Amino acid sequence: MSTTTLEAVTRGRVRRGRRRRAVLGGLTVAVVAIFAVSLMVGQTFYTPDEVFRVLLGETVPGASFTVGELRLPRAVLALITGLCFGIGGVTFQTMLRNPLASPDIIGISSAAGAAAAFAIIVLNLGEAGVSAFAIVAALGVAVLIYLLSFKDGVAGTRLVLIGIGIAAMLNSATSYVLDQAGQWDLQAATRWLNGSLNGSTWDEAVPVLVALAVFGPILLVQARNLTMLQLGDDTAAALGTRLERTRLISIVAAVGLIAFATSATGPIAFVAFLAGPIAARMVGPGGSLLLPSAVVGSLLVLLADFIGQFAFDTRFPVGVVTGVLGAPYLIFLLVRTNRAGGSL
Amino acid sequence: MTSATGPDVATLRRPARVRLGWLLVVLAVLVLVMLASVAFGSRIVGWSDIVAAFGGTDETLNQAAVVKRIPRTVLAALVGAALALSGTVMQGVTRNPLADPGILGVNMGAMLAIAVGMTTVGLVTATQYIWAAIAGAAISALFVYGVGSLGRGGATPLKIALAGAATSAALASLVVAVVLPRGDVAENFQSWQVGGVGGASWDSIVQVLPFLLGGLAICLLSARALNSLALGDELAAGLGERVALVRGIAAFGAVVLCGGATAIAGPIAFVGLIVPHMCRLLVGLDHRWLMPFATLVGAALLTAADVVGRVVNRPDEIAAGIITALIGAPFFIYIVRRQKVREL
Repeated sequence: MSTTTLEAVTRGRVRRGRRRRAVLGGLTVAVVAIFAVSLMVGQTFYTPDEVFRVLLGETVPGASFTVGELRLPRAVLALITGLCFGIGGVTFQTMLRNPLASPDIIGISSAAGAAAAFAIIVLNLGEAGVSAFAIVAALGVAVLIYLLSFKDGVAGTRLVLIGIGIAAMLNSATSYVLDQAGQWDLQAATRWLNGSLNGSTWDEAVPVLVALAVFGPILLVQARNLTMLQLGDDTAAALGTRLERTRLISIVAAVGLIAFATSATGPIAFVAFLAGPIAARMVGPGGSLLLPSAVVGSLLVLLADFIGQFAFDTRFPVGVVTGVLGAPYLIFLLVRTNRAGGSL
Repeated sequence: MTSATGPDVATLRRPARVRLGWLLVVLAVLVLVMLASVAFGSRIVGWSDIVAAFGGTDETLNQAAVVKRIPRTVLAALVGAALALSGTVMQGVTRNPLADPGILGVNMGAMLAIAVGMTTVGLVTATQYIWAAIAGAAISALFVYGVGSLGRGGATPLKIALAGAATSAALASLVVAVVLPRGDVAENFQSWQVGGVGGASWDSIVQVLPFLLGGLAICLLSARALNSLALGDELAAGLGERVALVRGIAAFGAVVLCGGATAIAGPIAFVGLIVPHMCRLLVGLDHRWLMPFATLVGAALLTAADVVGRVVNRPDEIAAGIITALIGAPFFIYIVRRQKVREL
């Protein structure tokens, strides 16, 4: 009897592990493919051979500029901001045990966005200054939301609602700042408000890359502890997780990722929110969601940017595409949870 | 439990002396605020010019400025009154302390309808805008209430607020997607989108007035029935109310009010949330008193917000919608904090 149970458990583990690897592999292939396509396709088409030579550093007439200076930074920025939003979002969702507690719903992306808009327009700071400003503001707001929702412990629902209130306030601050900016025309402001990769440069990509290199590994190392937190504070503590330390490290690292990515591209709607639940559906139960969500996040941004650029007569900023695609999913999630009778 | 605020805060009805006293105070405040709205603005004007402008002269620049402030003041008062009354009715109909045209996504529905109307059919007159806004508001109100009331426990405040926030975000993305390709429409859309009364004219006031008066009448007539509804559906039915019919009529009145207000002034959030709560403290829970009070206080609040927006950052103006969000969001958080977790 016990051997069969053991066998069943083992078989389940192996099967889940195999599925996880298969999904991760498939997603990675998809990301690489869309990355390559977005380097080749545009106003002029460049063959894979030409693109490859540019990547190797050779000088190819025309392609060197278009691919090397325009398309490559854009694709790289899409890739890495997608990773940042994916990991940051799922960290919050896992930690707070609530899919709605993603940074773009509870006001943390709004904080980074408002701070970055203020830093760019009013203070005229450079890339590094903007990022620093955004991360300080986002951390401050994260702490504020946590403190405001603290009343006999933090209830996830209260935190989400308070976050919605904070987000409303910060968004109106952002729209005021953008309204004040005379030199910014409406289109530019709207693009930034919704998240856009237009005019991406290496200068914008580098801080995000650094943030990813610093905070990403920290979170991945923490992944196991984070998964434990899902079991509830008491169980996690009993299993040997150091609760406060895990929480603090996770919050700082996740906010860092979100803030750096937001200050480079503006808040790209719903990527942080969507990546986790999509990854969870694909990978299935068991195991950490951090890596799958990160890959899903970058796939979302790359794909949405590609659609936004080429699918319509007008070029839509990436955030509008993710917003239009993501919003129905958000409502679907809400409907499904309400139906099931769960309290989110 | 059944009342919108909870039994600890407001009494059912305060003594007549207290209510009449507050009525005088509120009226006095409204008159003062409206006078201030004519007297103060981005341009500093002497008293003699103000008096002259009321006499109908607009010879000097100062007098002309004052003459322009009069319709603006009237519009601010009308829109504030409409939104506050609309919020009161929505809180009564849904028995939900967090109901507000902005939070429930109703404003955003009106906005999307107008955006679609502008880009596809080419709406021109104010009356067309108003009808489009009312239709959009009604559809999104039904949708949010439908999503929020699925599943166990019916339409709890949390579920309604989350459904509203999700729908708002979804509609906002759609609005951008609709407006962005059309540069000509986007220009018109920009100032309107923030929410404010800066572009007031007698012409638009005359066109929206019938709608607001109609909505006002419907809402005031359903006051007694809303009192019964506050006792719970079963008890209300036992008292002889046709619950579904009453709910539908009152909600229609609320939607007409906020659709009309949004069509003229853009989406202004939080007025409908704050004012009913303030008024319950002043006069108690009886809707027959609450509604007229909310109308007056709402008028005073939005007018005051508009004055503040004109004065704090001379000569630039901050739209009234931004001011109300900055005041309203902390209030929203305060209400969320006061609720018990179970009731959320």
